[in-house]
Formats: sequence, structure tokens, C-alpha cells
Amino acid sequence: MAFGPFLLLALMEGMVTAAVLALAACGLSLVFGVMRVVNVAHGEFYMLGAVIAWAVAAFMPGPPALAFAAALVIAPLLVAALAAAADALILKRLNYDPEATIVATIGLLYMIQQATLSIYGPNATPVTAPFEWRIQLPWFGYSGYKLFVILAAVLVLLGLWAIMTRTRAGLIMRATQVDRTTAQSFGINVDRVYMGTFAFGAGLAALAGVLIVPIQQAHYLMGGDPLLLSFIVVIIGGLGSLRGTVIAALFIGLSDGVISMMFSPTLAKIIATLLVAMVLVFRPQGLFGAKA
Amino acid sequence: MSATAKVWALHLALLAALYAAQFLLPPYYATNLARIMVLAVFAIGYNLAFGYTGLLSLGHALFFAAGMYGMGLPGYLLEWTALPSLITGLVAGGAVAAAVGLLALRTTGVSFMIVTLMFAQAGYLTILYLAPYTGGDEGFVIEAAGRSIAGLDLALDGHRYTFALLLFAVALLICLSLVRSRFGRTMVAMRENEDRSRMLGYNPFTIKLTALTISGLYAGASGAAYAILFGYVGASFATIQYSILPMLYVLLGGAGTVIGPFLGAALMFTLIEATSGLTSAYLFLVGAALVALVLFAPKGILGTIRERWVRWLP
Repeated sequence: MAFGPFLLLALMEGMVTAAVLALAACGLSLVFGVMRVVNVAHGEFYMLGAVIAWAVAAFMPGPPALAFAAALVIAPLLVAALAAAADALILKRLNYDPEATIVATIGLLYMIQQATLSIYGPNATPVTAPFEWRIQLPWFGYSGYKLFVILAAVLVLLGLWAIMTRTRAGLIMRATQVDRTTAQSFGINVDRVYMGTFAFGAGLAALAGVLIVPIQQAHYLMGGDPLLLSFIVVIIGGLGSLRGTVIAALFIGLSDGVISMMFSPTLAKIIATLLVAMVLVFRPQGLFGAKA
Repeated sequence: MSATAKVWALHLALLAALYAAQFLLPPYYATNLARIMVLAVFAIGYNLAFGYTGLLSLGHALFFAAGMYGMGLPGYLLEWTALPSLITGLVAGGAVAAAVGLLALRTTGVSFMIVTLMFAQAGYLTILYLAPYTGGDEGFVIEAAGRSIAGLDLALDGHRYTFALLLFAVALLICLSLVRSRFGRTMVAMRENEDRSRMLGYNPFTIKLTALTISGLYAGASGAAYAILFGYVGASFATIQYSILPMLYVLLGGAGTVIGPFLGAALMFTLIEATSGLTSAYLFLVGAALVALVLFAPKGILGTIRERWVRWLP
């Protein structure tokens, strides 16, 4: 394949990564922005989304498209419920102390991952895409489902933007983010906002997991990479800034796609992790974020 | 008995009990105890940074791996003998910790945790990336020539236990004198109130950097010893799990206590060992223990005992 089409393919793969990453990272960013909690278990919510999508596809009769549509609703709801429970039982009792919550969410990571291992097993299982459709470009064929993933992610992100800026729930979340105490004195139930935000963030990760599962198989260890990439994206984009997160997801997704194809996926990750460390050390507000 | 005498009596009694244990325990358990002691050295080092200086690092696997590869690679690539390799391992742990500290210590709290995590992850990926030299995922075995000092193969059962105990004893006693020294008190001052210690004329950056470097030397020594005693170097020792484990040991035994890391390592190791026969999902315990500790016993076992009953415990 010539260089031009090869680059195009790398960029398209990068777009898919970027789209899924943007969803997962926005959940992480939202949780950090509103609650100041770094949720290390975020990748496991993504993994749960994928595994639940597999379970729905395996146990629901009817065409794959219907099961997939059902999974798109069921998985985020179940995962959000689990996250709400984790918030009430663990995070709230720690008073959202930043360092203690990191240790607790590391514990949560292992618990979710290992529980999945004992229930679901160590194998990776594929899930059929809701539709089979290939676009034939002059140089190579490309999966139509991947384009659907990009489109779906864009729609969800637009929805998220509308919720945050146009609805009362978004207003309340932003108010809590800016000043928790003042929000409380205006009669906002901050505990409920926190629980809702944590559940919402986990739901976004689960949604990303459902979308990726027809491309990548469901596996109990699949949460590791997206967690790392989400961290990278959220930090480079500026902690807590949703716009920065989306821009950074595009930047990281595309460069990851290109560097992975041209050089090696491991090298791409080494560069990205070092970049993040340097950003945190020298420019803590993120490359795209305003001063917090 | 004065408090100082009690402290020394307690620690020397622990070492004596560990010396006696090799004659009383069946070989399998003695090997486990040797492993626990080497891991406890790692945890003691972690405790110096986290328990005493208040630096919650998520990247100590990097320093452990630096010690392991610093020890293993010269033997693997250049056919060095064990003694100089052990020293390069120790130095590698300290040097990597100092280099990470120079950058990471510009941040605090959550940022420090993430920066150390990222450096450790980059280190792990680098080991995989340099597979032609490091053996990548599979790692490499250290041959008998590379693990013998003065003709004694340290990976043999008896020698292994003696060497592990020797290392642990040195590590424990250095830690004990360090935390009771003047410098030990300034470390605690960084944890308790950095601003006030700065006002009193201390430079927090150099104190924290020194503490982190010492912590890295401990991790390096432990990694190098682990490689030599068990004859294997592998990338799995550089994963996040090996940053979490010393933290768990320290939290369980009691952060900011000298014996706590050993106690935590021994208990957690035994618990995991006991359950790994029953289920493949034994890491669940690690997670559950972490959550339970931060929720119900943030001071750990010895921290609670010190608070309630034994005030003189260092």
C-alpha cells in the first residue's frame, strides 16, 4: 500500500480510538471535575460495559441488532447502579478525600476485575456487530460499523454538551464543580449530585465499552489500556475540562493511530505516558485547559 | 526498661525469631519466609517515603524493577558476577528514584501519585519495547554463575534464607536508626506540616528527594536480591501491581511503623498464598483489603496498637 492510503487508514483507525476514548475520558473528567475524585476503577466500568454487552447478546433471542440496541441501554444503567452503590458504600464514607479515594478505587478495580474473572472467565469472547456493511474505498475496504462508532460517539458527546449547558441537572453539576459550599447553601443536595455524577461518569465508560466490543473482544483485563489512555487524555486536556478532554482525545487518538501503525504501539504508549508526566510537572492546568 | 532499650529489644527479638525460624520451618515455608523478607525490604523502603515523609507514590515498581534489571542485565548481557551486579542493582534503584523525584517532587498529592504512576508505566513499557535486550515479557533466568558469591549459590535453600535474613536485618536496623535520627524527624515534619518546616528553615524539596532516594535504594536492593535469590528477572515485576503491593503491605501493617511493613507483607502474603489454591481470582483479596483498610483501619495494625496501647513503638 502506498504511503497516502496507509496514512488515511491509520488516521481512520485513530478516529475510532479517539471516539471511544473521548466517551470514556469525558466520564473520568466529569467525575474529577465535579467531585475531585480520581477514579482508578474507571477502566473496569468500561470493561463491565463490554462484558454486559456480550451477556445481553448471548442470552437475548432475536437479531443481533436488537440485542445490541438493548445492550446500549442495559449496560450503562447496570454499571451506573453499581457505581452509585460504590459511591454510597465507599467514597462517601471517605469524605471524598483525594488520596484515600485513589487507594479505595484501586481496591475497587481489583474487586471488579477479579469478580468478573470468576463469573465470566478468563477467555476473550467476540460479539457480532449489529450490522455487516463494508465501505469499499479505492485502496482498501473499511468496516461500516467503525464509522457508526464515530458517529454514535459524536452524538453522545453532543448530548453530553447539551446536558451540561442546557439543562438544570447540568447547571447543578457545574455549580457544584465551581463551589461546593455555595451550591450547598443554595439548597443543592451535594451528596446526591456526587452520587449522580459518579454513576453518570461510569455509565459513559460502559457505553464506550458496549460500542467497542464488536471491534475488540470482551475480556476481563480490557480495562487497563483505556484507563491509561483516559488518564492521559484527561490530564493533557486539563483536569475537569470537558472541551479540553475532547480535543485531547482527538489528538491522542489520532497520534496513537499513526505512531502505532508507523512505528510500534508500545512506543506510542511510552511517548504518551511520558508526555503526561511532563504535562503534570510543568503545566498542571493541561495543554488546552485554562488555569484552574 | 527505658524506651530505647525496649525498642532495640523488640527489633532484635524479631530478628532472632526469624533466625530460629529457618531451623523450625519445613523448607517450603522457609522459602516463603525468605520471599516475605525480601518483599518486606521493599515495603520498608516504601514506608520511608509514604509512612514517614507522606509521599504517596504509585510508581515504586519502577525502582524495584530498576534494582532487578540493574542486577540482572549486567550478568545477562556482559556476564558480570553476582557481587558487582548486586551493587549496580542497588545503585540503579536509588538513581532512578532520584531522577523521578527531581521531576515528580515538583508536584504534590494527587498529581504526585499520577506522575509516579506514569513514570512507572513508561518504565514497564520500555522494558517490553527493548525486548531484544531485556527478554521482554518472558524475562530471563539468572544462571548459577550469576547468582553465586564466594562460591555459594544464593538460590539454594539454606543460602537463600541466610542472605534474605541478612538483607532484612540490615534494612530494618538502618530504618530504625534513620527514623529515630534528626533527619527522620524532619521527614515526619514534611508529612505533618510542610509549610511550617519551611518556615523553620528546612528545604522540603531536598528532604523529600533524599527520602525518596533512600526509598529507591531499598526498592533497588530488594529487587536485586529478589532476582538473585529466585534466579529470575521479568517484566511482570515492573507492572502496577508491584507498586500497589508495598502500599498494601504498609497500609495493613501500619504506615509510619518500623515493623509494620514486615507484618503487612507476612500477613498479606500468607492470605494470598492460602486463597490462591482455591480460586484463580485471588487478587480480589488485594482489592477487598485495600478498600477495607482505607475505610475501617487507615492506621493499620501496628498504627492502631501504638495509638491505643504501646506508645513507645517506633
